Amino acid sequence: MPDLDTGKYALFVWPAFAVSAIGFAWMIADSLARARRWKAEVERLGGKAGR
Amino acid sequence: MLSFLANPDRFMAFSRWAAPMFGVLAGLLIAVGLWLGFAAPEDYQQGDTVRMMFIHVPASWLALFVYLCLGVASFLSLVFRHALADAAAKAAAPLGAVFTALALITGSLWGKPMWGTWWVWDARLTSVLVLFLFYLGYIALRAAMDDETRGGRAAAILALVGLVNLPIVKFSVDWWNSLHQGASVFRADGPAMTNDYLIPLLLMGLGYMAAFGSLWLVRIRAEVWRRRAMVLALKAAEA
Repeated sequence: MPDLDTGKYALFVWPAFAVSAIGFAWMIADSLARARRWKAEVERLGGKAGR
Repeated sequence: MLSFLANPDRFMAFSRWAAPMFGVLAGLLIAVGLWLGFAAPEDYQQGDTVRMMFIHVPASWLALFVYLCLGVASFLSLVFRHALADAAAKAAAPLGAVFTALALITGSLWGKPMWGTWWVWDARLTSVLVLFLFYLGYIALRAAMDDETRGGRAAAILALVGLVNLPIVKFSVDWWNSLHQGASVFRADGPAMTNDYLIPLLLMGLGYMAAFGSLWLVRIRAEVWRRRAMVLALKAAEA
């Protein structure tokens, strides 16, 4: 079973995981937002967004 | 494979199912990797800080791998003037910058309890910082020019120059004295760690790779749509 107790190193371990989670969250949100925005723009201009 | 995907319509058809598939695969690999990583025993020397290896090392691998992708895409864009290769290079740069930033930050958080310092100007850390600056330079150069084609070519040349830094990052710990430890997975005489650590590390590495694959495809799709939108807007303005 996973042991989430990182003892005296918690102040270093958890910020590292938090920063990684934030990095991933930004990459996912920004990538999806760009794709949605430009697909909608193509459709608004009357083009075929295609597959 | 590359020539098959060079056709934008074929690429859009492929990436439509490949992007979510890679995304799901990434989620599964990272979830299992984290589970096993926190189930692994604490290291006899590094204690629980060893768990940072499961996020620091994959981020470092991706920092290098994404730059290699950026370099190859830039080369194809420069030589063959292929729009999709240019879109692929443009889409890779922000992702590579984030992975490199994560490698630097998590490394710093690992370095403080183990080395007693957040940062040291040794060859490995400095060369990774230079890699980060190449990513930022690429993004800034593209954004600085009004003419997108010229901006893309200038940035592609910068990306190719930056390829020189990849072997420097990789072999810096062998060529110079460094606080940073040497390679412990990809070594001629096999990995220098037990399966307790190696398996979750490899799962996390594959998970990060799959996540990059998914996000890269999504960003290239967005770039293809952006360019289509620009053409449509131009046609509408001329009509």
